[in-house]
Amino acid sequence: MSASAVFILDLKGKVLICRNYMGNTDMNQIDHFMPLLMKKEEDGEITPIITHGNTHFLWIKHSNLYLVATTRKNANAALVYSFLYKITQVFKEYFKELEEESIRDNFVTVYELMDEVMDFGFPQTTDSKILQEYITQQGHKLEVGAPRPPATVTNAVSWRSEGIKYRKNEVFMDVIESVNLL
Amino acid sequence: MTDSKYFTTTKKGEIFELKAELNSDKKEKKKEAVKKVIASMTVGKDVSALFPDVVNCMQTDNLELKKLVYLYLMNYAKSQPDMAIMAVNTFVKDCEDPNPLIRALAVRTMGCIRVDKITEYLCEPLRKCLKDEDPYVRKTAAVCVAKLHDINAQLVEDQGFLDTLKDLISDSNPMVVANAVAALSEIAESHPNSNLLDLNPQSINKLLTALNECTEWGQIFILDCLANYTPRDDRESQSICERVTPRLSHANSAVVLSAVKVLMKFMEMLPKDLDYYGTLLKKLAPPLVTLLSAEPELQYVALRNINLIVQKRPEILKHEMKVFFVKYNDPIYVKLEKLDIMIRLASQANIAQVLAELKEYATEVDVDFVRKAVRAIGRCAIKVEQSAERCVSTLLDLIQTKVNYVVQEAIVVIKDIFRKYPNKYESVIATLCENLDSLDEPEARAAMIWIVGEYAERIDNADELLESFLEGFHDESTQVQLQLLTAIVKLFLKKPTETQELVQQVLSLATQDSDNPDLRDRGYIYWRLLSTDPVAAKEVVLAEKPLISEETDLIEPTLLEELICHIGTLASVYHKPPSAFVEGSRGVQHKRIPIRSGSGESSESQDTGGAPGATEAPAAIIPSQGDLLGDLLNLDLTPPTSTAGAPPGPPMPMGGMDLLGGGLDSLMGDESEPYSPQMPRGADTPQSLRFSHSSPSSPDYSPTELAPGPALQLGGDIGGSPSMGSGFGAPAAVMPSSLNAPVGGGLGDLFDLGGGVGMPMGTFVPPKTLWLPAMKGKGLEIMGTFARRAGVIQMEMTLTNKAMSVMTDFAIQFNRNSFGLAPAGPLQVPTPLSPNQTIDVSLPLNNGGPVMKMEPLNNLQVAVKNNIDVFYFSCQYPISMLFVEDGKMDRQVFLATWKDIPNENEAQFQINDCHLNSDAASNKLQGSNVFTIAKRTVEGQDMLYQSMKLTNGICVLTELRVQTGSPTYTVSLKCRAAEVSQCVFQCYEAALKN
Repeated sequence: MSASAVFILDLKGKVLICRNYMGNTDMNQIDHFMPLLMKKEEDGEITPIITHGNTHFLWIKHSNLYLVATTRKNANAALVYSFLYKITQVFKEYFKELEEESIRDNFVTVYELMDEVMDFGFPQTTDSKILQEYITQQGHKLEVGAPRPPATVTNAVSWRSEGIKYRKNEVFMDVIESVNLL
Repeated sequence: MTDSKYFTTTKKGEIFELKAELNSDKKEKKKEAVKKVIASMTVGKDVSALFPDVVNCMQTDNLELKKLVYLYLMNYAKSQPDMAIMAVNTFVKDCEDPNPLIRALAVRTMGCIRVDKITEYLCEPLRKCLKDEDPYVRKTAAVCVAKLHDINAQLVEDQGFLDTLKDLISDSNPMVVANAVAALSEIAESHPNSNLLDLNPQSINKLLTALNECTEWGQIFILDCLANYTPRDDRESQSICERVTPRLSHANSAVVLSAVKVLMKFMEMLPKDLDYYGTLLKKLAPPLVTLLSAEPELQYVALRNINLIVQKRPEILKHEMKVFFVKYNDPIYVKLEKLDIMIRLASQANIAQVLAELKEYATEVDVDFVRKAVRAIGRCAIKVEQSAERCVSTLLDLIQTKVNYVVQEAIVVIKDIFRKYPNKYESVIATLCENLDSLDEPEARAAMIWIVGEYAERIDNADELLESFLEGFHDESTQVQLQLLTAIVKLFLKKPTETQELVQQVLSLATQDSDNPDLRDRGYIYWRLLSTDPVAAKEVVLAEKPLISEETDLIEPTLLEELICHIGTLASVYHKPPSAFVEGSRGVQHKRIPIRSGSGESSESQDTGGAPGATEAPAAIIPSQGDLLGDLLNLDLTPPTSTAGAPPGPPMPMGGMDLLGGGLDSLMGDESEPYSPQMPRGADTPQSLRFSHSSPSSPDYSPTELAPGPALQLGGDIGGSPSMGSGFGAPAAVMPSSLNAPVGGGLGDLFDLGGGVGMPMGTFVPPKTLWLPAMKGKGLEIMGTFARRAGVIQMEMTLTNKAMSVMTDFAIQFNRNSFGLAPAGPLQVPTPLSPNQTIDVSLPLNNGGPVMKMEPLNNLQVAVKNNIDVFYFSCQYPISMLFVEDGKMDRQVFLATWKDIPNENEAQFQINDCHLNSDAASNKLQGSNVFTIAKRTVEGQDMLYQSMKLTNGICVLTELRVQTGSPTYTVSLKCRAAEVSQCVFQCYEAALKN
């Protein structure tokens, strides 16, 4: 349906960390990604989708990282890009910065998060607020207060922890205006 | 302290050290060791040797450690299947853990271990987890079914997991519903015929309820699944649309695109006159615009999809031109896509704005983008005629900049503008010629040479210009060489005196010194043409060229429909059907937009203003009985002096007709299968003979007057092919050229009778039906049918006198009818018609009569008079009688027209039990002047694109889909006058089944 695997690459195209979601994908295909990207860049025909044989690479770039999702099916491309942007958001909220260094420094958490945010190519919970309730950086003893999935994970409103009360009900809105001038 | 330290150890005895640490008694040390193992795994070292030691750590109460071990298992279980069994026990135990997080983790991980032996043990825990009390576990288990299915589909079916999964669609938790839907869709995709997602209004309702409550991703799963559903009727369609519409304002672009997909598809089912339809169209624009403020990659996906949407429904975004203006910091791929959409949206209303923008773009730095911008200006000129002049002057301004690639690109597009508007803008040629020297790209050089050749007579120094190119002839690319050759030949034909030397030079360069066969062949052809017949050469080389059409890059209607069903996916980005790039998707059914059921009838209610010809008269006002009688009674018995419309058939010598009438007439008789080779049947012969003998004896008519009817009828009866009649008697010149039937003569056709494949066959003539029973006709019985023979519509009747007295003085008149059918001559009945006598008569018709819309459209009210009384009856003619011989459309025209005709006018029909292959069908239809313009074969499905033209100029476009091996054809019909659809469909059915 969507991604078969997600890779995080450094600028040279070396895999920093990856997760094979479908289990049946050839993880070596990623080696073709960087050469193809370079070639496209040279020809001035860069596109967010790169094809190699039957494998399609959908990629985004974030600071000094490439986040690449691969698929061999007619995946929902909009979903894949949304998902890639969403997980950068999650990583950023976990590690403040998302870059080569922070991936290395937190590879255990990255694995845990990758396991949680997508299952068999289907994005699951991607809200960092909720994820932080049960995926934490410190190890936990199971007997004493091991985290359980918060009810919020499967709630109708998945982005708001339960039991939050405010004395004053108010809403703040950011109005962002962008101007395109030459 | 960070995890990065785990990556640092690179000593030689590492594996052994790790082994020792993994088996340490200290928990902390164990955990550190596993982390080191995972770190090594991450950087690509093979740590599979540690498998048993790592699995030993699995039984832990530390969640983080457990997750790491699971991760290790997922990676290495496949390489150590036997040892992976060791882990099963822990998995099974974890699936019963009191903590739902652990249960879910266990079931999720187990599904990722693609080892058969493990899979067997997975079934029981999975079954429990699917019924778990915690929704988090259920949603994870739902996905696990899809995983398991991917490994062992049979097992999943045998264990009944699919049914459990279907039950989860009714789960109380929206996330569980969403994952169940996703899993089912995934399974259904790999098993297209499994009918897994048996969606019905009840389950759809559940999905729509869950849609409002689940995560953004869940919403996408549900929307993508909804898009595969075909609503029962337009009310259901509308209610789904109403409940999906709120998703358009979601912050996640993917949710928006999936919602757009559902709406674009279901909108097709809504009646166009519904208020809601208009509202929905308006609601689609803002979310599409908002997509353009997403991240660039998402913008790109959105733009590729908008490109499709704009082609399918231009009205949605026609006022949104401005949002597609390019921003300076857009990535190049976004810029190029925006340009494409700008051109598609360009219209007279916004062209000024667009041109100003494009001109701006042409001064940017990115060469590719600048080129495309210049090209876009040219495309605007071709698309919006009113703007052509402005575009040309903009291009001239750009040429003045002298920026090399801008100039070259401008010249290439100006060539296209000349091809669209010949003889209009030659004043710019002088400016173009000034830049001749700076052209270094083959395409630009070729374009310039073409212009010089085309307008050689107006360029004084055309010979010098072309000669300058000739010097380096062999260094030019083939494109330029070919163009130069043609241009010089053109020049020679226009100014023969001064350029003889030049043309000889280029011909010898092309034919003697070139290795390129294309060039040599073209050179030889010109040489021979010029030396044999210069006049003919002129006609060939300087022939008037067809104009280029504006939209050459439109996506084919069928493909477009399929892509609309795939909005948001890779297919919509590539603009290719999934079968073109997904392995193993062959045989998967192509998605189609459901067509509103009964759209044939509903279009009847549409305004007829847009329909030219057919319905000029005020819609279907049936005249009062008095009028009708008055019309019919006013019989004009003198032959009409001028017959407007179709000319009567070729006059024929009586002798020929006689001969034919004698025997062959009955060959086909009234059979509905006019092609089966039958021997003359004795029983019918006397009847025909009688007629043949009686006609010359009738003193009232001169042979020529008499000829068209019966003679043609006979010709047609023999072969069923219009050309047959002429084959016998008439000069070949009257043969309609579009029918490439053999000229050889009647018998020639006999050889062709059996298969008929490869040869156009004659018009299908329906069997005669009883029009006027003797009871009503005071003894006169009329059986009749219609046929089109050699371009003339014939009304063929068998008159039988069942009264006791002789009948004389026959005459016929028609009431006003939809296509203005009228007798082209008087009714030629060899009177007297004695009691019990039967004769066949044929009446040529034309379209010069008064027009009035009838109900049904093809109804014809007839009055026949004889010495006894006037009789009225009505009959229906197959509309194929009105298909003219030159109804074959040009491919480009077809494509443009298809797009041009609004979708509301499309009707779809099914023809069942038809066992022809597409070629035979095409041949049969061609006999009825239904012309196949193009054929496309996709996945064993042949698609024939056909056109036909009615006598009043109405064009009907159809797409006939024939699935090999399936007896059901689908006909999609598009016509500006949608009323004719039903009639045309009937003709298809009649022609194909006979």
